[in-house]
Amino acid sequence: MLSHKRSPLVWFSHITVALLVILWTIPTFGLLVTSLRDKDQIVASGWWTSLSTSTQNLIYRAPGADGQTEEDGVYVITGNALEGAGGKVAKFGTSSLRPEEYEVGQTVDIGDGQQLTVEESGDYRMTSPEPFGRRGERIFVTAEIPPRFTLENYRNVLTAEGIGQSFLNSLTVAIPSTIIPVLVAAYAAYALSWMKFPFRNLLLAIIVGLLVVPLQMSLIPLLQMYNKIGQTFGVPAKTYVGIWLAHMGFGLPLAIYLLRNYIAGLPREIMESARVDGANDFMIFNKIILPLSYPALASFAIFQFLWTWNDLLVATVFLGNSEQTIVLTARLRELLGSRGGNWEILTASAFISIIVPLIVFFALQRYLVRGLLAGSVKGG
Amino acid sequence: MEQVIKALLAVVIGVAAAVIYFYGSNKLLDIIFPSQTRDPAKGVRNLRVSGMIRPWLFLGPALLSLGVYLVWPVVASVDYSLHGPSGQNFVGLANYRWLFFDAEFRESMFNNMLWLVFVPALSTFFGLIIAWLTDRIWWGSFAKMMIFMPMAISFVGASVIWKFVYDYRGDGADQIGILNAIVVALGGEPHVWIAMPFWNNFFLMVILLWIQTGFAMVLLSAALRGIPEETIEAAVIDGANGLQIFFKIMVPQIYNTIAVVWTTITIIVLKIFDIVLAMTNGQWDTQVLANLMFDWMFRGGGDFGRGATIAIVIMVLVIPIMVWNIRNARKEMEGR
Repeated sequence: MLSHKRSPLVWFSHITVALLVILWTIPTFGLLVTSLRDKDQIVASGWWTSLSTSTQNLIYRAPGADGQTEEDGVYVITGNALEGAGGKVAKFGTSSLRPEEYEVGQTVDIGDGQQLTVEESGDYRMTSPEPFGRRGERIFVTAEIPPRFTLENYRNVLTAEGIGQSFLNSLTVAIPSTIIPVLVAAYAAYALSWMKFPFRNLLLAIIVGLLVVPLQMSLIPLLQMYNKIGQTFGVPAKTYVGIWLAHMGFGLPLAIYLLRNYIAGLPREIMESARVDGANDFMIFNKIILPLSYPALASFAIFQFLWTWNDLLVATVFLGNSEQTIVLTARLRELLGSRGGNWEILTASAFISIIVPLIVFFALQRYLVRGLLAGSVKGG
Repeated sequence: MEQVIKALLAVVIGVAAAVIYFYGSNKLLDIIFPSQTRDPAKGVRNLRVSGMIRPWLFLGPALLSLGVYLVWPVVASVDYSLHGPSGQNFVGLANYRWLFFDAEFRESMFNNMLWLVFVPALSTFFGLIIAWLTDRIWWGSFAKMMIFMPMAISFVGASVIWKFVYDYRGDGADQIGILNAIVVALGGEPHVWIAMPFWNNFFLMVILLWIQTGFAMVLLSAALRGIPEETIEAAVIDGANGLQIFFKIMVPQIYNTIAVVWTTITIIVLKIFDIVLAMTNGQWDTQVLANLMFDWMFRGGGDFGRGATIAIVIMVLVIPIMVWNIRNARKEMEGR
């Protein structure tokens, strides 16, 4: 492009940008990898080691009396201490204080005449002259476990943790909250661009001002209003309609601003020739403006969708956290509190919550960038 | 399955209602004031009347919802801030007095100031550098996409991602959080990053920085491309090196965009609450205004008076930007 392109600065650019890209993607990548790992492995080693064999200390509880068989007057329990995980056992023990007491293959006396052998494969054999007790013996093994990836975490959160239900709730919130404002804003933007009526410029200035009004201002008055409406009409205060309208109200300033910028830039001749042909504003809007505005509509729709899907505040305040209606972000926050250390649940849930925005993002990035550039006054 | 149908039904009804309003109201207007009548004079008059009404049909839903959801609440919040917890009894300026002497509020203000100083500045700075660097390499657009990606992730999702990065395990155990793992690999001590007073604010800021840098980069990259080539070529001929060209020729020409990026991120910072809520909920000295307000809205059944008072503080902090915005937009629209 320019003559300074071949300077040493280009190498500097390559390296710096590569570092920054790695820095920026590693956190998300770590989340993805972790969500696919076995839950015992997640807590045993960092996700960056997930491709290498890890050494893990596992605890296995053998079955009690109901797992025993009698062979030649001796009671025997056999099984696999790795529970089919695959891998190699290096050491084993029967006390939490000395989990690495014995080498594999050894037959050791564990008291009361009971004997235990653990093979490298994890297969063990326990024998006893007397019947075993009801409660099984614990076996501690130190094992080399090969990398293992699984979709178990996803299956788990989608069914047991209610993420599936929340996914639906989020969609129910986000889709109308995207389509309705686009429609409402498009009409308003057309009126503000091409129709004549008093206070037009004042209205525009107010809308630009409203772009930055913090959402927080609206919460308490609206919450009170919703409660009052709910009481007066005997309907629940927290409904999908309520949150759709709220998302519409909060998204409209940007929507109108973006779409007005676009619609006002369309050539005047189109509208005038249509008017000469006898079309009124409603027909012009439906037949000409709407189809011409698709790129701008798409830009805003992407914003609004990402914003409503990712929203936590509006949903918490206006939809509540009941099992029936809780959205993904709110559920994720709850899990952070209640399952703070269960990374297999947190990472899989988080990934489900970000997968939809990521698909939208990668598929429609062009429109997103265009929207950003057109509406750079947005207040977030 | 039943849930899917319910959700689908709700979506269809919601969207249909909006479509029916616009279609129905405009059709109705055409029926009441038809422009094609036997008497041409009446037709013309009808056309004028419907021309006066139609803008308000177009604008109606938008103005109504802007009024209800953004304009009226500003006034109502001021009113609530002068009332007690339930919004009933008038308490004058008691809530403001309480705010002034409240230690948690001062902590929030201090933290918010930290956020306001660092996050917009650093995101803009990184965004600018990345925009500049990526414009000169062949895989720049891929790099941009990857750095832009966090923009799509929710603040809560980002919090989970980073909480995992910051994860801490007790002494001796293998660290599964990458930050502590690196620190340990370099011979350091692992730390509970999000529970280190003062410094933990910065660990939370990193999350927003991670999200917003892509936004800054996209805007600034477009602005950089908009710079006329002649100015750069002239500088090259005069013997300026890359850095000089960047700081002395390019940056001054995009001050306007830098200001827009800066103020936009500033507003986002003022409203930031999800990250703090999800990471620490204001513990270990990380409270910020928006989260403090959320806290008061629900704490012990909620204190709407105090909550609204904090909202007013946030609003007051935004007003200068609002004025600046309106002025800028006016200038721009006059130029059209």
